[in-house]
Amino acid sequence: MAVTAKARPGAGEEVTLIRPVRSWVALNLREIWRYRELIFFFTWRDVKVRYKQTLLGAAWAILKPFFTMVVFAVIFGRLAKIPTDDAPAPIFYFAGLLPWVLFQDGITKSSTSLVANRNLVTKVYFPRISLPLSAVAAGLVDFALAFLVLLGMMAYYGIVPKVEALLLPVFLLLALLTSLGAGLWLAALNVAYRDIGYVTPFIVQAWLYASPVAYSATLIPEGIGRLLYGLNPMAGVVQGFRWAILGTGAPDLGLLLISSGVSLILLVSGALYFSHMERTFADVV
Amino acid sequence: MSIYAVRVEGLSKQYRLGETASGYETLREKLAEGFRRLRRLDWSRDERETIWALRDVSFEVPVGRTLGIIGRNGAGKTTLLKILSRVAVPTEGQAEIRGRVGSLLEVGTGFHPELTGRENIYLNGAILGMKRAEIDRKFDEIVAFSEVEDFIDTPVKRYSSGMYLRLAFSVAAHLEPEILLVDEVLAVGDADFQRKCLGKMSDVAEEGRTVFFVSHNMGAILHLTEETIVLDQGRIVMRAPTPEAVDFYMTSGLSQSGERRWEPDEVPASAGPFRPVALRVLDESGEVMPRVPSDLDFWVEFEYEVSEPIRDLRVGIYLSTSRGEPIFTSFDLDNRQRYETHRVRPAGRQRSRARIPGNILNEGRYVLGVNASVYRIRSYFTEEHAMTFDVDGASAPGNQWPERRRGPLRPALDWELLEPADA
Repeated sequence: MAVTAKARPGAGEEVTLIRPVRSWVALNLREIWRYRELIFFFTWRDVKVRYKQTLLGAAWAILKPFFTMVVFAVIFGRLAKIPTDDAPAPIFYFAGLLPWVLFQDGITKSSTSLVANRNLVTKVYFPRISLPLSAVAAGLVDFALAFLVLLGMMAYYGIVPKVEALLLPVFLLLALLTSLGAGLWLAALNVAYRDIGYVTPFIVQAWLYASPVAYSATLIPEGIGRLLYGLNPMAGVVQGFRWAILGTGAPDLGLLLISSGVSLILLVSGALYFSHMERTFADVV
Repeated sequence: MSIYAVRVEGLSKQYRLGETASGYETLREKLAEGFRRLRRLDWSRDERETIWALRDVSFEVPVGRTLGIIGRNGAGKTTLLKILSRVAVPTEGQAEIRGRVGSLLEVGTGFHPELTGRENIYLNGAILGMKRAEIDRKFDEIVAFSEVEDFIDTPVKRYSSGMYLRLAFSVAAHLEPEILLVDEVLAVGDADFQRKCLGKMSDVAEEGRTVFFVSHNMGAILHLTEETIVLDQGRIVMRAPTPEAVDFYMTSGLSQSGERRWEPDEVPASAGPFRPVALRVLDESGEVMPRVPSDLDFWVEFEYEVSEPIRDLRVGIYLSTSRGEPIFTSFDLDNRQRYETHRVRPAGRQRSRARIPGNILNEGRYVLGVNASVYRIRSYFTEEHAMTFDVDGASAPGNQWPERRRGPLRPALDWELLEPADA
């Protein structure tokens, strides 16, 4: 943003300097911290209104991955007979779908967040990143609900979490960061080009089949092929998440490292592009 | 060193045409443009037309001053406030601001229809820059001020527009920044609540806070501000004590043709299904007249379009002096019988015309405004300063004495002279 805020020594009040900016600006983390309450309120609003005026309400958070699991179990499990790393098919798909749905919701909601909040963007100042950030964070509530169902399924199938389960938060964080990274790119582009609104569903759909949700990454030939597969950051996230839950289909370290690296590159480049475009949002949106 | 709250130096803002409003481009256009250039080997920058919404504006405002900003539509008032509130970034120049800024570019920004009044107070408060603890502390006061206590746990989509605005304004009115930027938010709501808001605003001004106030309502500007900046085409044309600036603005800035037309893009979308078309001052033969003799009747005609029938719509005019003091307000359905027979305004282009009798106005310049509303339900369109016209007093009663009469009216009254013998 085109603003530097600094406290003058002795004056005891802040002086804000507003001036044009032409260079690429880095994300102002201190500014985001200052607006943490607003980010919380945006998240809270997104959670609150998500299932308003729906008959089943928050049950959708469970039904969405559940029905997809049923479809996958029938088509990929029964008909195509794709192996599921020796895990029961339902829990194999469900464990893969949880991080995927979190990612998918995050990317979809954050990509439209600036345009959907146009009236705010043109009338009030706040760090614009608050909007995609809270759109991604709001997905965590759905995730938590679906996670309870996953715990129930684990109990049913008698799956006891092993030591890998400690890595679960890491994969969860990676899913969120990847979602935010892609969401930042799409949100900023969407302000200038509304085409993005039409493109996003295709991206998400293609991305789903490129990720080990309906199949296991262990099906990809080992070696170079699997490392290239790791260029999809969600490959590491989904495979890793499922491994942490079920203890089967351990991803190779190489794939994990490449996925995490790509995820971070996506996030940093997304944040840079976003903050570069940020100053024009109010004029263009 | 003088203590200023805001110092602006050479501030300019350039917009590319087609960049504003809904004129966003699609990727296809951008790609097509790219290919065209590739073929012509043309690497020059985008040569689309640009306009300067603000051009080389400089001023300082001391702490505790209330400053009015006036000017025609498109003069740059809102752009200035947007830059000061950090919503938009200037193209050139800079502004230095001391203290926390609260901006009210619109009331109810960020209200979510599905959330309750209580939830919206927190959300809107946070959006306007209040801390959570601060909202907790002021919550009861905000609710009391809004007069919607009974509905505080009802989703605001069930509110009437009046309740909605009252709640929205109440949150905004309880902001406590050191510098407050206000853009034309009082043009909404019913008259009583407007008065209450004006009262609250003058309290704010008296507490030593710096206030920027943009309005077309000269009465509010005169009432609330000490000093005023007049903007025209993005430049400051005058900065003076408010009465002087308002006089200057009213006598120079407004159209003088006897007719005011509204282009479709001048009308806010919130006005639909109502759309103003033109306002005219007509003489007896129906000719448009920018100057009317004080002793003859004249007609004020408001032409508008209604895209779908509106129940209980009333269309009216405001008349006020060039200083912004109201003289009267009149609606086309004031007549009780006509009110009963015209409960639904049909769709289509139509006109409401009022005869203003001769020998009622004093000579001088007058301001006409228009309003289209449903009583206590919704105001579709209001513009208090739509156009000005002149009254020529050459044949006014009492013109044997070539003096200037006080007051906006100069009626020909029925005097009786009671002779000493009769008394």
